[in-house]
Amino acid sequence: MANKQEEAVFTPIGLNKNKNGKIDKTVKLPEPTKKTYKQLGLTKQNLVDMYEQMYLQRRFEERAMQMYQKGKFGGFLHLYIGQEAISTGTVFALNDNDDIITAYRDHGWGLVRGVTPKAGMSELYGKTAGCSKGKGGSMHFANVKNHFWGGFGIVGGHIPLGSGIAFANKYKDNGRITACFLGDGAVHQGVLHEVMNMCQLWKLPCLFVVENNGYAMGTSVERHSVGEIVDRADAYGMKKVVLNGMDVLTVYEKMKEIAEEVREDSMPWFIEIRTYRYRGHSMSDPQKYRTKEELEEYQKVDPIERLKTYIFENKAISQKKLEEIEENVENKVLEAIEFAENADPPEPEALYEDMFVEEEATFHK
Amino acid sequence: MAELQFRQAVREALDEEMERDENVFVMGEEVAEYNGAYKATEGLLDKYGFRRMIDTPISELGFAGIGVGAAMNGLRPVVEFMTFNFAVLAADQIINHATKVRYMLGGQVKVPIVFRGPNGSAGQLGATHSVAYDSMYAHFPGLKVIQPSEPADVKGLLKSAIRDDDPVIFMESEQMYGLKGEVPDDEDFLIPIGKAKVKREGSDVTVVAHGKMYHVAKQAAAQLEKDDVDVELIDIRTVKPLDIETIISSVKKTNRCVVVDEAHPFGGVAAEIGYLIHRDAFDYLDAPVARVTLPDVNAPFAKNLFDLWLPSAKNVIEAVKTVTYNS
Repeated sequence: MANKQEEAVFTPIGLNKNKNGKIDKTVKLPEPTKKTYKQLGLTKQNLVDMYEQMYLQRRFEERAMQMYQKGKFGGFLHLYIGQEAISTGTVFALNDNDDIITAYRDHGWGLVRGVTPKAGMSELYGKTAGCSKGKGGSMHFANVKNHFWGGFGIVGGHIPLGSGIAFANKYKDNGRITACFLGDGAVHQGVLHEVMNMCQLWKLPCLFVVENNGYAMGTSVERHSVGEIVDRADAYGMKKVVLNGMDVLTVYEKMKEIAEEVREDSMPWFIEIRTYRYRGHSMSDPQKYRTKEELEEYQKVDPIERLKTYIFENKAISQKKLEEIEENVENKVLEAIEFAENADPPEPEALYEDMFVEEEATFHK
Repeated sequence: MAELQFRQAVREALDEEMERDENVFVMGEEVAEYNGAYKATEGLLDKYGFRRMIDTPISELGFAGIGVGAAMNGLRPVVEFMTFNFAVLAADQIINHATKVRYMLGGQVKVPIVFRGPNGSAGQLGATHSVAYDSMYAHFPGLKVIQPSEPADVKGLLKSAIRDDDPVIFMESEQMYGLKGEVPDDEDFLIPIGKAKVKREGSDVTVVAHGKMYHVAKQAAAQLEKDDVDVELIDIRTVKPLDIETIISSVKKTNRCVVVDEAHPFGGVAAEIGYLIHRDAFDYLDAPVARVTLPDVNAPFAKNLFDLWLPSAKNVIEAVKTVTYNS
């Protein structure tokens, strides 16, 4: 019997515990790959291209954040800052016609799958030139012709869609695989478990990839999850792995290996990629659930700085040339902002467009 | 023409559309090896194999979502729910995803999916197996909602639903699966979605009903004929888009209307039709529109209470008498 004096505690208490000066890190990063870029079959140019992509994602969002704070556009804004190695390493590892779907922290995924900075920024601004014609906003970036099926807003809601895309690929026997990205919070949605069972049973070429960034909104992973996230795979007999998501080469290496295996045996994988979200859940998040010191620990292993150091160590490009690339990215982002600000908002008729495929659709009045 | 049971009309529509289009497949609980919980998919596994007839675990949310994703990626799924009472578990995929993906991605995808299965009550099955969800789905933009009452309508409308490029809810009834009717055997026999049918012409009062309630209303109309009340009976067949024009032109002729709906009263099909008649035919009405619905109460088990709960021909006759001031 519990002591009647003690108050029941349900969710484990996080921040109030005495740390004696120790920094409490919410996600533990596994070792990065020891292989060199050459051993991974990458060229110096590949490294530079990866860097350019990650830097673009970072600067796009930093500028978007400024514009949001200036009140230039409304809606939600969930930033991917800190997680860029995952989108970049994955897209370099997969074939261009492999399918990707994710949740609402989707700007990086859009950019790496061909949403131009102009189309991305215009979507944030709610303009017709946006990648989803201004109908979706921040949470619904997509570029379906490039096999990026979009960002989705209901936590866990897109997970069965990813499995369905994989189902159709298997049905059509087209050799494509599907990577479905979800956050650590979405792991607890029942639908994940329903479709993990079906994907394993039906041998669907589908990767379930958890971007464990330490927090489900403001609840740290140790406060919302019992046991290790990756071990959820065991219940379904699904292959699993944990990766360091702060190192783009690690993500590239494993995602490539796994993709090749899935293309061969059509069996799903459950992958936990550990990373860290630098910004709040969304722009309105006061971040009282974590310490500044914790954030600084992860910023020490920033994926973009890490790649930059590696690039210079391997003399992949001169400092001057890389600075030129950075400047070019910065200019593209600034041009995108100017473009989005001056772009036309949707015409009133657009309100009724895209509801149905049928052109003469009837709307109830 | 052939005489088919309601379930055979479902089966024939599925068979013909699977034959016609390689991308059509059927997924749901007990659809393949078991031949369908209500035998609506009998023989289709033998003909099409396990690639196109897919037995699912009892995971409504999961397989509904797999259906939506497969539709986005080029297939035309027919997702069967053993009853729409279980589809509530899949509501996130139907309501938040199937209806919204195309719009929020600015038209980049289409979702040609049919969710089908029995809707409403089927005898003494208790509170959780007896709900009619048609008006709930009709509430959401992006869904077409069909609930036919006779085998010919089933076949023609299900074929149209499968060929439709947008999400369709297709509702049947456990109690109607054995009902027989003449069905055209033309493989391109299609009934357009969104068209009501005047199934009995009359001059005294318009009665609007669909699904199982059509048969209740039909029974009432036959009784009323003996009392010299001439009922015009309209089967809306499609709840959404609603063919209000057919109803309005009938009401302009009869000047009275009763709507029979196997749903609870608040915000249902009957409420909506009542409003539209009021808006479009106010000056033609000789009496307020009456409705016959379930009470605002859950389905009871006990036989006597259940019979009290479900709209009956007697209830319809009483409503008709009220609007014709014959009570």
